[in-house]
Amino acid sequence: MAQHVSKGARFQAVTANRLSDGEVIYFAGDNGWTENFQTAKIADGAEASKELLQAAMTDDFELLLLEPYLFEVIDAGNANFNPASVREVIRAAGPTIRLDLGKQAEA
Amino acid sequence: MYRYDEFDHQMVQDRVEQFRDQVNRRISGEITEDAFKPLRLMNGVYLQLHAYMLRVAIPYGTLSGSQMRKLAHIAREYDRGYGHFTTRQNIQYNWPSLDRIPDLLNELAEVEMHAIQTSGNCIRNVTSDQYAGAIANEVEDPRIISEVIRQWSTFHPEFSFLPRKFKIAVTGHENDRAAIRFHDIGIVIKQNDQGEVGYEVHVGGGLGRTPFIAKKIGDFVPAEKLLAYLEAVMRVYNMLGRRDNSYKARIKILVHEIGEAEMRRLVEEEFTKIDARDVLSLPHAELNRIAAYFAPPAFEVLSAPFEIFEAAKASNSAFADWVENNVVEHRQEGYAIVNISLKPIGGIPGDATDVQMDALADMAANYSFDEIRVTHQQNLVLPHVRQEDLPALFVQLQETELATPNIGLISDQIACPGLDYCNLANARSIPIAQEISTRFEDLKQQSNIGDLSIKISGCINACGHHHIGNIGILGVDKKGTEFYQLSLGGSHDENAALGDITGPAFTSEQVVGAVENIVDSYLQLRTDDEPFIDTYRRVGMAPFKERLYANV
Repeated sequence: MAQHVSKGARFQAVTANRLSDGEVIYFAGDNGWTENFQTAKIADGAEASKELLQAAMTDDFELLLLEPYLFEVIDAGNANFNPASVREVIRAAGPTIRLDLGKQAEA
Repeated sequence: MYRYDEFDHQMVQDRVEQFRDQVNRRISGEITEDAFKPLRLMNGVYLQLHAYMLRVAIPYGTLSGSQMRKLAHIAREYDRGYGHFTTRQNIQYNWPSLDRIPDLLNELAEVEMHAIQTSGNCIRNVTSDQYAGAIANEVEDPRIISEVIRQWSTFHPEFSFLPRKFKIAVTGHENDRAAIRFHDIGIVIKQNDQGEVGYEVHVGGGLGRTPFIAKKIGDFVPAEKLLAYLEAVMRVYNMLGRRDNSYKARIKILVHEIGEAEMRRLVEEEFTKIDARDVLSLPHAELNRIAAYFAPPAFEVLSAPFEIFEAAKASNSAFADWVENNVVEHRQEGYAIVNISLKPIGGIPGDATDVQMDALADMAANYSFDEIRVTHQQNLVLPHVRQEDLPALFVQLQETELATPNIGLISDQIACPGLDYCNLANARSIPIAQEISTRFEDLKQQSNIGDLSIKISGCINACGHHHIGNIGILGVDKKGTEFYQLSLGGSHDENAALGDITGPAFTSEQVVGAVENIVDSYLQLRTDDEPFIDTYRRVGMAPFKERLYANV
């Protein structure tokens, strides 16, 4: 599993793929999991990130999803965040060569 | 084409039901992902960036019209209306839902297809020459022995948990279109002075992070001994291949570490033992039975002049260009081999829509004895088309946007799915291919440049064969940003060569300009009709490099 955890990262979120169909999902805190990156819960700092991942990995998480991991996000101002790596930008939107597919097509 | 017998049918059907049960147990929570992952991989199901991906086997790249029609149906009903043909002559679907994959596999089984041997550390789907049975001067149709190898290797208990995956390719022609020297085992079918047929066995080729050209260790293995010989190679590998480090687990590393002579000695030793037991000798009757499935179709006896064909060539320059670039001479007079490019200008290499696949199924039925081939260069072939039918076929290809006349030219690129889809990728491949083909759109310019292969991989695993592109492009990740390393001089054919890295990598904004710079250098350096690869071999890296980095 390729993980894109930057050691110096301040802000991080938790993502995974949904078991039934592989859809990219994000941990949204108490609200469970969301398909939309914008509603993902963002952790500030290493300790909070670790806790966020622990909260996401409940005892029965494997019934819903696979391969949860932390990834770096960047503060874009006005309480907005963006994934830091190209890889996570693409996961959050869909293939850049088929804008009619993936999450970007549903927006 | 080969038809399943009752055992084949039963095996595939049993496998579908077994997988259905495994999926149900995973979804219900009865088995963990750790337990399930190897099971889904054995059935061709990967997890990629956006969804699951299913890889369907197309043994030695041969498809019937009804099989292609089924692939179109699956694209439409279970996916997003398209499929991706790969460098291993397979097709991949990018969006299937796990809970529906058992039904999908059940539908595939109806047309004798499956996803077995498309993943895992087993002997993978055997690949071959897309012109098999159609090209002149072939020693023997390579699909015959490919089918024998398929039957021998499928679910072979000794070789189901190898140190790493294992790929075999076969060619029956001196011009290698199957890149056999870059496979774990590559087989060249030969004929000796007495007219006997034998099999030359190359071992330890491969790409990935440590590329090697295979070493010839078997000179002329007779047909009845070939499986015993292959089993000997597999056994040596299974015993000595490294299981402690997946990066060093392929047979190429073993051959490199112990050397060609020692590998040959070990294989001969094992072969002698197997041969003494005489349990793996191939009966001629069985070989003949399988060969009969690949007997040439009932070609008509035709002779020139082919007036409809000649008239169309004279009056329609688009048709003439297409014939020039995409149509290859057939072994049978009056017939032609038709290459169908899946590389439209600005398009996605290897992708075909459900509508295109349905149309191709019809074209195969109407014009090519119901046969279609997939090439390792991510194109398709109609192997047996009457020359007089070419103009009508061309019109149908144009109507379905499948008439791009660029086979072997600079826009006929290999590109892996890259970071747009792949979980392993470090950088995108497809957008680079699209930009290059758009930059070199003009057919006159492409024809002037001539034969030039560009191959693009989005990571070091080299699914896009970048090491063996005349120009190779490798995507690398630098702190979450995409960069591209270039190499020159690679070649997949009988004059196999690995490319040399030019120097520092380029950004995604720079890389297409860098390719253009290399092409411009070539045009200045070449003599007469010298192809790119010959110019590179003559002048070497220095003059290219000097120009490439002049302004950096």
